[in-house]
This record gives sequence, C-alpha cells and structure tokens, in this order.
Amino acid sequence: MILPLFIIIPLLSAFLIAIVSGKKDNFANGLSIISALLLLFGAIYNFITQNQEVIIYKIGNWDAPIGINLVQDSLTIFMLIIVGLISLTSLIYSRQYIRYISTDWKYYSLFMFLITGMNGVIITGDLFNLYVFMEIALLSTYALVAYGGKAEEFEASFKYAIMGIVSSTFILVGIAITYSATSTLTLAKIAEQIPHINTKIVYLVGGIFLMGFGLKAAIIPFHTWLPDAHSSAPAPISAMLSGVMIKVLGIYAIIRIFYNIFGAPEFFLNIFMILGVISILIAGFLAITQWDMKRLLAYSSISQIGYILLGLGIGSTLGILGAVFHIFNHAIFKSLLFYNAGSVEMTTETRDLKKMGNLKKLMPVTSKTSMIASLAISGIPPFNGFFSKLIIIIAAIQSGHPILAALAVIGSIQTLAALLKVQRFGFHSENKTEVTENKTSFGMKFAMITLAFLCFAGAILIIPGIREVTLDPIVEVIKNNGEYMNMVLGR
Amino acid sequence: MILYLLCFTLLLVGLYGILTKRDLIKIILSASIMGYATNLLLILFAYRNGSIFPILRKGVETMPMVDPLPQALVLTSIVIELGTTALLVALALKLFQKYKTYDITKIRKLSG
Amino acid sequence: MDNKSGMTIIVKTITRITVPTIILYGCYIIFHGHLTPGGGFAGGVIIALALLNVMIAFGRKFTNNWLNINFLEKLESISATLFLILGILGFLISSAFLFNFINHGELFRLLSAGTIPVLNIIIGIEVAMSLFLVVWVLAGLKLDKGEEL
Repeated sequence: MILPLFIIIPLLSAFLIAIVSGKKDNFANGLSIISALLLLFGAIYNFITQNQEVIIYKIGNWDAPIGINLVQDSLTIFMLIIVGLISLTSLIYSRQYIRYISTDWKYYSLFMFLITGMNGVIITGDLFNLYVFMEIALLSTYALVAYGGKAEEFEASFKYAIMGIVSSTFILVGIAITYSATSTLTLAKIAEQIPHINTKIVYLVGGIFLMGFGLKAAIIPFHTWLPDAHSSAPAPISAMLSGVMIKVLGIYAIIRIFYNIFGAPEFFLNIFMILGVISILIAGFLAITQWDMKRLLAYSSISQIGYILLGLGIGSTLGILGAVFHIFNHAIFKSLLFYNAGSVEMTTETRDLKKMGNLKKLMPVTSKTSMIASLAISGIPPFNGFFSKLIIIIAAIQSGHPILAALAVIGSIQTLAALLKVQRFGFHSENKTEVTENKTSFGMKFAMITLAFLCFAGAILIIPGIREVTLDPIVEVIKNNGEYMNMVLGR
Repeated sequence: MILYLLCFTLLLVGLYGILTKRDLIKIILSASIMGYATNLLLILFAYRNGSIFPILRKGVETMPMVDPLPQALVLTSIVIELGTTALLVALALKLFQKYKTYDITKIRKLSG
Repeated sequence: MDNKSGMTIIVKTITRITVPTIILYGCYIIFHGHLTPGGGFAGGVIIALALLNVMIAFGRKFTNNWLNINFLEKLESISATLFLILGILGFLISSAFLFNFINHGELFRLLSAGTIPVLNIIIGIEVAMSLFLVVWVLAGLKLDKGEEL
C-alpha cells in the first residue's frame, strides 16, 4: 500500500522546498535528505515484506484497462533501492559541493523532480505514464546539467535536450503504434495482445523503441550526447546520471518492454548482444584517449552499459544474473568515481589529468576510495565488479559465443587501462601541484566512504544463500517474461 | 493510408531540420514540428469513420464516438512539449548571451 | 501611469477593456471543464495570455508594479501542492491516490463530478502562473549584454 508514496514523497518535498525556502539552502538540503532517506527505507521495507509476490496499486480505484496501475515486483524494488541509495549519498555530497556553485534551493527542488521521474518510471504499469515520468526526469536533468552556468554547460545541455527530444518523440510514435495495434496502454494487457497481432508490427515497434530507449541508455550508435552531458554536469548530478539515470530510463525500460511485454524475441536479443559488444569495445577505446577526467569516466559508463546489454542479450539465466548484478555494481562504483572526480575538481579547479598530480598525500580519502572504485570497475577479484563481469563472460561462453566472451575480456582490460591512467596521472604522478588546501568536507568524505564500503559489501550479494533472496527473484522476473502479465492481470 | 504517410513525412521533415539546420532557433522549431507530427499521428489513430466527438450532451442521444484516450494523450504530450520548448528557448538565449551567436558551428567549446 | 513605456494609447485602452473579459472567459472555461470541452489547461493558457497581453501593452515595469511576481511564483508551487494534497486526501479516505471522494452529484450540473472541478481550478491556476512566468522570465533575459568570447 505504500507504493504511491514513492512518487508522492519526492514530489511533495520538491514543491515544499519551492514554497518554504527563502534565500538559503539549509531547509532545502535537510528536507531533501530526509525524503531520500524515507525513500530508501521504504524500498528496503518493501524488500523485506514482499515475499516475492506482485503488488498492484490502482490509482483512484480504477481497474487496470481504464485507470493507471502501479506494479511492484522484485525488479521494481531492486531499482528503487538503487535510486534511493545513490540519491541519498548524492544529496549528502551535494551539501558542500553545490555551495561552490550557488547557495540556491532550486538545485534541490530539481533534484527531487529527478527522483520523482525515475521512481515513477520504475513503479508504473502503464506505457504512456512511463513516458510522462521519463519526461519529468529528463526535463529536470536538462536544467541540472546546465546548473553551473558556464558556456560549455549550456552547450552540453542543449545537445542533450535535442537528443532527448528526438528519442522521446520516437518513443511516443512507438507508443501510438502500440496503442493502435493493441487498443490498450497497460503493459500487462499489451503483453496479452502481442501474440495475436502481426509480427511485422512487433518488429516495427521494437525497432522504434530500441532507438528511443537506446538513445536514453547511450548504446554506441546513439551515444554522442552522453560524454558532453555527463562531464559538464555538477559531480553529484553526473553520479546520478551515470549511476542511475541511464539504467532506469534505458536499461530498465528495455527490460520491461522487450522482455516482459514482447517476450524476448530472439531477433532483438541478438541485436542487444552485438550492440553491447560494440559499445564495450569502442567506448573502452575512446575512454583511454581522454585527458578530461570526467569525460573518461563518462565514456567508461558507455562501455559498462555494453556489459549489461551483453548479459541481457545472451538471455540465459546466468547472463541475466550477471546483467542485473552489474546494474547494481556499476551504479555504486561509477557514482563513487564521479564523487572522486568532483572533489578533485573542487580542490584543484581543473579536470585535466595532465595538470593534476601528487594528490595522494593531500587527499587521502579521495585517493584511496578512487583506488577501490577503479579496481572494482576493472574487475579485480575481491570487489563486486569482478563477479558480475565474470558471470557475464562465463554466460557468453556457456551459450556458445566464445568470441563475444573474448571481446568482453578485452573490454575489461581497456577499462583497467583507462582507470589506471586516472590513478597514475591524477593521484600518483610526480607532477607537483600548487594546491595546498584540501576542500573535501565531511559530508563528501562520508558519501565516498559509504560507497567504497559497498564496493566490498556488494560482492556478498552473489554468495549462494543470499543470492536466492536478492538477485534470483529478479532474474526470475526477467526470465519468465510471461509471468509478469499473468501476475498483473491476476491469474 | 496516405494520411499516415503524410504524417510520417512531417516527422521526417522535423528530423531533417534538426540534423541539417545550423541555427539554434530553427533546430528548436524542427523539434516542435516532430512533436506536432506525433500528435497528429495519435489523433489519426483515434479517428473512426462517421463518429462524433466524445462528449456527452444533455438531450442528445449517444452515437458512435471517436476514441477519447489518444486525445487525452495528445493534451499531455502538448504540455510536455511546451515545457521542453520553453527550456530549450531559455538555453538558446543563455547560449546567445555567452557566444553572441545562434550559429551552432561557432558554438564549439566542448572537445569532441 | 507611465506613458513612455509600452505601446501607444490606443493599444493600452483596448487592452484595458479586453483583458478582464479574456480573464473572465478563461475562468468560464476552467469552471465548465467537466461539462464542455476545455478545462484547467485550456483555461489556464487563456488567463496566462491575458496577463501577457498586459505585459506587452504596458511594458514590464508597469506589470511588475501591478502584479506581485514573487507572490505568483509562490502561488504556482502552492497550487501544485494543493493538487497533491487532494490526492493524498483521497489516499487517506479510501487508500487510493486521487480517489474521487466528494459526492458525484447529477450529470450536466455545474456542481457535480466530485473532486474534478476542484482539480480543474487548481490546474488552471498552476498553468496560468507557470506559463506567464516562463514567458516573463524569458522576456527578461537581456541579450545585448552578452560576454564576448
């Protein structure tokens, strides 16, 4: 019954911030942290009490085909926990970081709209409602990317907004064609109708959705906006965009539409696999060539999205398990790396790796946590990234794609090379910088240490015994794609 | 069928404008044209031959009506487009303040 | 009144006559939203256009004195919050968000359809304020004082 609260709480706090706040941001920061905490606890509460069943919530007491319904299953709760976790650390981190840009409440209000949009996309059971919430999240990010007020930021934001509008328009066209073919917008009802309609229409709609959501997920042919937008945004927003946003609007929507509605047609799975490998290799290569720290991290995000897509495309239980686990892991270590980049940028006032150096002594916390995150993202054994990448590679070999597995290993080496570049030039070089003051505050350190701890602790999720409770139900939701329809329609 | 094709052509006109135009304001207008084409498509899907608008009136018998749901969707998507366009215009004006031009070939501070 | 800013006396006089009528028409559209075509969004746009009419005819300075812009900004957020509060009231009464908890009344009456007219009025205020403020802010950006790069 607490399902609509995941939309009500952030929305209400966004408007309350706008009404109550004066010139200062103290109230805004406090309220937003409290509501992010509530959301995280709510998601964990749902996780504990769910018993692996699907919960349907009808808005305004209207039944499924007429009204909008909210759906909660294991995948929903998993994504809600990720959003809650990253947004909470991000808001704690923002407290000091955003004051360097401005002391305004508008940032927090926009941030809460972003959370509203993403939570809405996650819990909605209606195709058009998904589009509306997606637009809420996108509109607030367009503004947040440009929040710093520099020329490059407006440029990146404009580029991002135009790409976003093109993809949203194509998604709306896809929704229109789906509606005309099935006469319904409820996801479960569409899934029920799909076997009865012409296969050509399914392929047409699938292609349009692949383009639209692929643009949101920044899969390689559609990736051009991501490095600009993610590197120009303020660091906490980069962490939200790279860690959560591309997964919620891109990967989550792809899972819901291609797996739970279309029933995972072989044709699209093959496309996912190929696009995934292309994303891993090209983005990994582009990441090595970058000298801007945040751009490097942004390219690395595209490559990690490639791993998730590869795991989904393989389609076996093991592949999906790896993909789901990698969604969680990537959210944690990529956000951590962006926090590190943010505190380095705040201290040295540059993002150019050539101008940094010898920050190891000056910023011990940042340098150590960034070392942990770099090792985790490159897949070094005790950390969580190792297990998810290993599972995806094993799944590729098991399903008879040894070449893809080899390419994925090469991609992992590329990631290691790119992140070693950050470590070597950013933190451990001989180059002496003139910076003597470490501006990293307690809140920023707290956010970084929490996520660094989760880089270790995340690996626990894969241990047999815990995996059966945490990850396996999610794999079940994606794998048994017809089950979603039956559960939602109450059969 | 011809109507759907024309509608699709309008969508492509918008896409062509976004891809080829160099002026920020023209790009924004092209994005709006894409939005209008989509709205038109939705309304076309809702149309049933020989039916009336979907509003109950006093003392008039009910007749076959066109599908009201896509019309509601169009209204929502118009509101979203309004918000997006307003934001884009604000960004374009801010870019003009910074660069003194609307030409995207001259707005190039980002690397790559 | 400041005669120098804004447009000519003819435009100003006509505006003074028409703007109240336009606002009245917008209110009519909002109040009859559950009976006739239109509703909160359409009526709100009409009201916003009436306010913008004043801004164009009389100039920004006069409009700034006539309307309290800060209050309008608060009003926008307050109306959105009111919408949410109505939704939460439905949530509390029947555990369904946005539940229509007021008596539905008779068909084709002005006072019918439960919470829908109330929500229409709230949406009308919200749309009018936000649309007016968007154009107000955009018109206020000074384009001649850009930084040369």
